[in-house]
Amino acid sequence: MGNENKPMKLAYYPGCTLKNQAVNFDASTVSSMAKLDVEVEELDRWNCCGTVHALNSDNVMNRVAPVTNLIRVKEAQASELMTGCAMCYNTLKRANIDVKSRADALATINDFLSLEKTKYEGDVDVLHLLEYLRDRVGFDNLAKKVTRPLKGLRVACYYGCLLVRPKEVAFDDAENPMVMENLVRALGATPVDFSHKTECCGAYHTVDKPEVIADRTDKIMGSAHGERADLMVVSCPLCAFNLDFRQDDARRLNPDFRNMPVLYFTQLMALAFGCDEPSLRFDLQHIDPLPVLKARGLVQETLDRAPA
Amino acid sequence: METTLRITSARAGSSFVAGIEKISGQKLLACYQCGKCSAGCPMAAHMDVLPNQIIRMAQLGMRDQLLAAKSIWMCVSCLTCNSRCPKDIRIAEVIESLRLTVLRSGQRDDNLHIMELSPDACAVLPPIATISAMRKLTS
Ligand code: SF4
Ligand code: SF4
Repeated sequence: MGNENKPMKLAYYPGCTLKNQAVNFDASTVSSMAKLDVEVEELDRWNCCGTVHALNSDNVMNRVAPVTNLIRVKEAQASELMTGCAMCYNTLKRANIDVKSRADALATINDFLSLEKTKYEGDVDVLHLLEYLRDRVGFDNLAKKVTRPLKGLRVACYYGCLLVRPKEVAFDDAENPMVMENLVRALGATPVDFSHKTECCGAYHTVDKPEVIADRTDKIMGSAHGERADLMVVSCPLCAFNLDFRQDDARRLNPDFRNMPVLYFTQLMALAFGCDEPSLRFDLQHIDPLPVLKARGLVQETLDRAPA
Repeated sequence: METTLRITSARAGSSFVAGIEKISGQKLLACYQCGKCSAGCPMAAHMDVLPNQIIRMAQLGMRDQLLAAKSIWMCVSCLTCNSRCPKDIRIAEVIESLRLTVLRSGQRDDNLHIMELSPDACAVLPPIATISAMRKLTS
């Protein structure tokens, strides 16, 4: 960690959904990083990353949107970019790896972006927030900032696809990642070991095939319930939507389905760091986490839903 | 699926197979049909042709059957198959190239009709869902 008086600065890419349905992810990221003395600076003029990495190898068009963001990082006099959204991370990182390893693709993109004053030369690194917390902050240092230890809280850490696949972007084991469990432990909570932590939630099928998502949500949340988790934490707003909002569909599919709150890992961090409700925004969760947090004695009765 | 296949060297070199190998960047003949890709596929229950069968049919140049398969739209690019394939074949890339073969045909044969979604559905869906679906399922 940097000098005591001067907070470290870090270029930050929120992504589209963090400015819409997932402002709880954005607010809790910014406020918990401030508690760690890291000032996240939102990238100027960022654009949508494109959401998915195109898997074809004969067309570089889909790399233009991510590369434009990497140019903005250079324009901000930075050499690395942090994002908390697993999908943005995956797309930005994969495009970066692709253009770094293919000079012809990079030249084509720079030609296409000829109106940009800055050329991209593969000279920016893309980091996920969890990676930053583990490798730069360190979980031991992070634990020192905890003012409200999440004692007794049983947490299922869900990774989904994008943090662990493909191996070029993974910063942890593909089949049994532990970085979120180690974070949760540093916050004083108890991570649970459950079978479905890297099983896909069904992703964009939620748009026109919610019945497919209901089945995935039933299986994933069911496996966390099997290990007596109180709640689940995620790093992707699409996983969050599917696992939280689609619980209504899961209940229609399986009458024995039981609800479980789904939070962003940054919300859990902000809670443990003593941040207040505007940084937590639990009012945006579909399944209300307050009953279970109150039952564990982690929030006061006064921390209530929906500030007017 | 009742299909009679005549395997000749001419067939194996058909332009369809070459096209799939080019778009996906994969060598289809590396697959030895262990089935691991299908065993871990989260969408297998919703598929008419399993991932390992897709690879076999692609090796054999079964263009029409593959492009008509529901599976190519059900695969959600979770990459579980890719990360587990003992032959390092990127099955998801092969399936993406099948989708692209349909979407690039110029027929606007889209698999998602976003304008037909109900206003209620549109009101709750986050941009990450709609944009990724359109990127994957529309031309
Ligand atoms: S896992 Fe690989 S080798 Fe095995 S059937 Fe699938 S594609 Fe073929
Ligand atoms: S990438 Fe597609 S085929 Fe492979 S495991 Fe995932 S859904 Fe199945």
